[in-house]
Amino acid sequence: MNAMADSYVTEDGRTIGGVLMDLREITLRFGGVEAIKNISFDIREGEIRAIIGPNGAGKSSMLNVISGFYKPQEGEVYFRGALRPAMKPYQVARQGIARTFQNIALFEGMTVLDNIMTGRLNYMKAGIIKQAIWKGAAEREEIENRAHVERVIDFLDIQAIRKTPVGRLPYGLKKRVELARALAADPKLLLLDEPMAGMNVEEKEDMSRFILDVNDEFGTTIALIEHDMGVVMDLSDRVVVMDYGRKIGDGTPDEVRGNQEVIDAYLGVAHD
Amino acid sequence: MNADAHAGDITSVPKLLERNVALYGQRPAYREKEFGIWQSWTWSEAAKEIEALALGLLLLGVAKGDRVAIIGRNRPALYWSMVAVQRTGAIPVPLYQDAAAEEIAYALDNSGARFAIVGDQEQVDKIADVREDLPGLAHIIYHDGQGLRKYDHAAMTSLADVQAKGRESGDKAKLKALTDALTYDDTCVMLYTSGTTGRPKGVVLSNRNVIETAKNTAGFDHLTEKEETLAYLPMAWVGDFIFSIGHAYWAGFCVNCPESADTMHADLREIGPTYFFAPPAIFEAHLTQVMIRMEDASRLKQKMFHYFMAQAKEVGPRILDGEPVGLWARLKYAVGDFLVYGPLKNRLGFSRVRVGYTAGEAIGPELFDFYRSLGINLKQLYGQTEATVFITQQPDGQVRSDTVGVPSPGVELKITDAGEVLYRSPGTFVEYYKNPESTASTKDPEGWVATGDAGFIDPKSGHLRIIDRIKDVSKMQDGALFAPKYVENKLKFFPNILEAVVFGAGKDRCCALINIDLTAVGNWAERNNIAYSSYQEISQHPKVLEIIKGHVNAVNETVAKDEMLAGCQIHRFMVLHKELDADDGEMTRTRKVRRAVIGDKYDDLVTALYDGSASVYTETEVTYEDGRKGKIKATLQACDASVAPVAPQKVAAE
Repeated sequence: MNAMADSYVTEDGRTIGGVLMDLREITLRFGGVEAIKNISFDIREGEIRAIIGPNGAGKSSMLNVISGFYKPQEGEVYFRGALRPAMKPYQVARQGIARTFQNIALFEGMTVLDNIMTGRLNYMKAGIIKQAIWKGAAEREEIENRAHVERVIDFLDIQAIRKTPVGRLPYGLKKRVELARALAADPKLLLLDEPMAGMNVEEKEDMSRFILDVNDEFGTTIALIEHDMGVVMDLSDRVVVMDYGRKIGDGTPDEVRGNQEVIDAYLGVAHD
Repeated sequence: MNADAHAGDITSVPKLLERNVALYGQRPAYREKEFGIWQSWTWSEAAKEIEALALGLLLLGVAKGDRVAIIGRNRPALYWSMVAVQRTGAIPVPLYQDAAAEEIAYALDNSGARFAIVGDQEQVDKIADVREDLPGLAHIIYHDGQGLRKYDHAAMTSLADVQAKGRESGDKAKLKALTDALTYDDTCVMLYTSGTTGRPKGVVLSNRNVIETAKNTAGFDHLTEKEETLAYLPMAWVGDFIFSIGHAYWAGFCVNCPESADTMHADLREIGPTYFFAPPAIFEAHLTQVMIRMEDASRLKQKMFHYFMAQAKEVGPRILDGEPVGLWARLKYAVGDFLVYGPLKNRLGFSRVRVGYTAGEAIGPELFDFYRSLGINLKQLYGQTEATVFITQQPDGQVRSDTVGVPSPGVELKITDAGEVLYRSPGTFVEYYKNPESTASTKDPEGWVATGDAGFIDPKSGHLRIIDRIKDVSKMQDGALFAPKYVENKLKFFPNILEAVVFGAGKDRCCALINIDLTAVGNWAERNNIAYSSYQEISQHPKVLEIIKGHVNAVNETVAKDEMLAGCQIHRFMVLHKELDADDGEMTRTRKVRRAVIGDKYDDLVTALYDGSASVYTETEVTYEDGRKGKIKATLQACDASVAPVAPQKVAAE
């Protein structure tokens, strides 16, 4: 496939580029259970790509394949045109992939600022000795990274909780801090695992706005899992629908909405 | 003084800017916390930013006499916008940033604004909602572009781009000519009054109004270029215009802008302003915070706090007023200052306050004394938009909680036979924009302005004392004086009570609707393991009602001691199931209750209070922040309070 040839411009004027990640015929098994059955799709540069499906459809497994945490038994993952080998999590991060988690994985005892600073880890080059001496390289580095983090704090409007320990924050804000940490890493590809889960309507609206703003402002490619259909349809450029480990739909929100198989999956038609 | 030496040729705010560049060029003029750091601009730098913006505005087509709306939170760029607009000969019209779209639409339409300079996406969206009805609005300039990339930019530009264009190809000679042509009687700013009744009115203030007032009152409090102030009150409010532009430009001091609305307390602590203004509600919120924290503090700390606060209450205000105080008491106060008052003031950000003012609403005496006793020079002033703020203010050393001070320099005062306060001053407004009838009914041909407040000059001190709005003061059925605000303020001093509205005009007894303060009551609930899921639920909790009843009883006791107002004791009350809110029209944007609106809206509740029902079912319409409407339903309990016997000796005499 020639990736660059088919870039396109969306209705609202954003340019969606070539293929950033290409997943080809992925199959993932846990022992005898096939969590993902021969699924192929791609994620293009600059788009918001959603993966939806009922509970147990294999969405989270898919996200873990994308993030490189699971190694599928069959199939290949191409990232920026090259076949991706098995990698350790830090190697994935260095490739420019950052993520948030469904059940929030922050350091509860640390402040919001310190949590977000951990997102800059890959940009800190000073070794332990330089850090200990502090003056010079380590200090410069910290200032640069702090400046970057402060921009993210400003962007997500969380200045007021900068020095607050994460453990004391309400759920909705923790989700925002997690997004901030992922953003601090300056990712090429941002993976969001159920960013709206457990939120009230207002928090969902805020989070949607931030996701759109991130995509708009930094041109970050976003892949997200979500089961709130309404939110997904409003946000995404293209949607993959999964059910029982299979891909049953793929296309723009409108196309997916009209897909009979998708409707059946959500309304719970019996499978033979 | 240095500042006065150049006063002669200053006929506009831009001229004051020129003078400040010459006098204080390298001193800070603006600071704003952004990206976690205080960024600052000297007067010279600010003047360059303002010039670039003014040049850019000219290129966009801003012309002499145009009205330019300015909407957003306090940020240096928006203050610069005000002065940049003035430099082009146009008129800045700051509007309340939290106003709903239709309120903004009304002001934009009424003022005939051709341009709008706004803070962020929220304001752009609001204007977009109503833009169809505003054919006169030619262009929007925004400051923070977050989320705006995809918007249609045909009639929209970022402020930075306007400045860049101005720097690149602006006509400096033309701008200078426009600025130099400004006279003392040209309009300086147009401000919309929130209005407790009717539609907002555009108050036109001239350069003379603003500069004369700033000069007189800056002299009154000896403000210098060394003051620091925090600009956090709405830019559309006359007070902020006078403090953050009038006084700041006259005295040449630095205006500090908070990082965001939520960080105000932290920013206050970091800046430590020397000149500080806040409406009573802010001081109340601070005190509530302190009290809540003390409840959570260790036994020892609590003991220390209460012991030294009692000491402070006794001698603090007297020390502040320079009255003679015994050596032993002074010593104890000094120890208290070291252990309690000092750290507390530091915590609140009031360590350096040299001149502090409160106004807008009457302040509860206990609240007022609390701050004074800590050694904070908190004073009261009385004013309104039409007076360019100042009518009366309290001189240092003559501060009392029940008066609002002596006439400000240059202000004449008189009281009508009906008891209404009138004033005339150099700050007296020019007119209400496009509203000659209202102008005529407010300001008589000799320049006297009716305030709408009932008051009298206290014979002992010569200070003005305000009783209430003249239309709210009335008689009860038996002819006793009814002054609701007096009782409401007493109720509001309790941290658990946020707002209260007392009814009783023409009735045989008084009843009240009360709002709990969710911060204080929520904290109490947490400490007592009381679970609740909503404001509505906690507001009707039997134990909460019991607490509020205790407060009402306590107020009744003190009201009974006042011979004139003993009839205003509260017989029955209800705790409301929702907070009174400006979005629902129940309060003004400056948080003054709209008595008539509340009386109408909660008519069923008031009726139930008077007919003796034990409870009442009610449905209330609410407006959400985005303008959508909804309904909340609740069954409210009516509670009986105990009423203290009214001055028995007087009854016996009759």
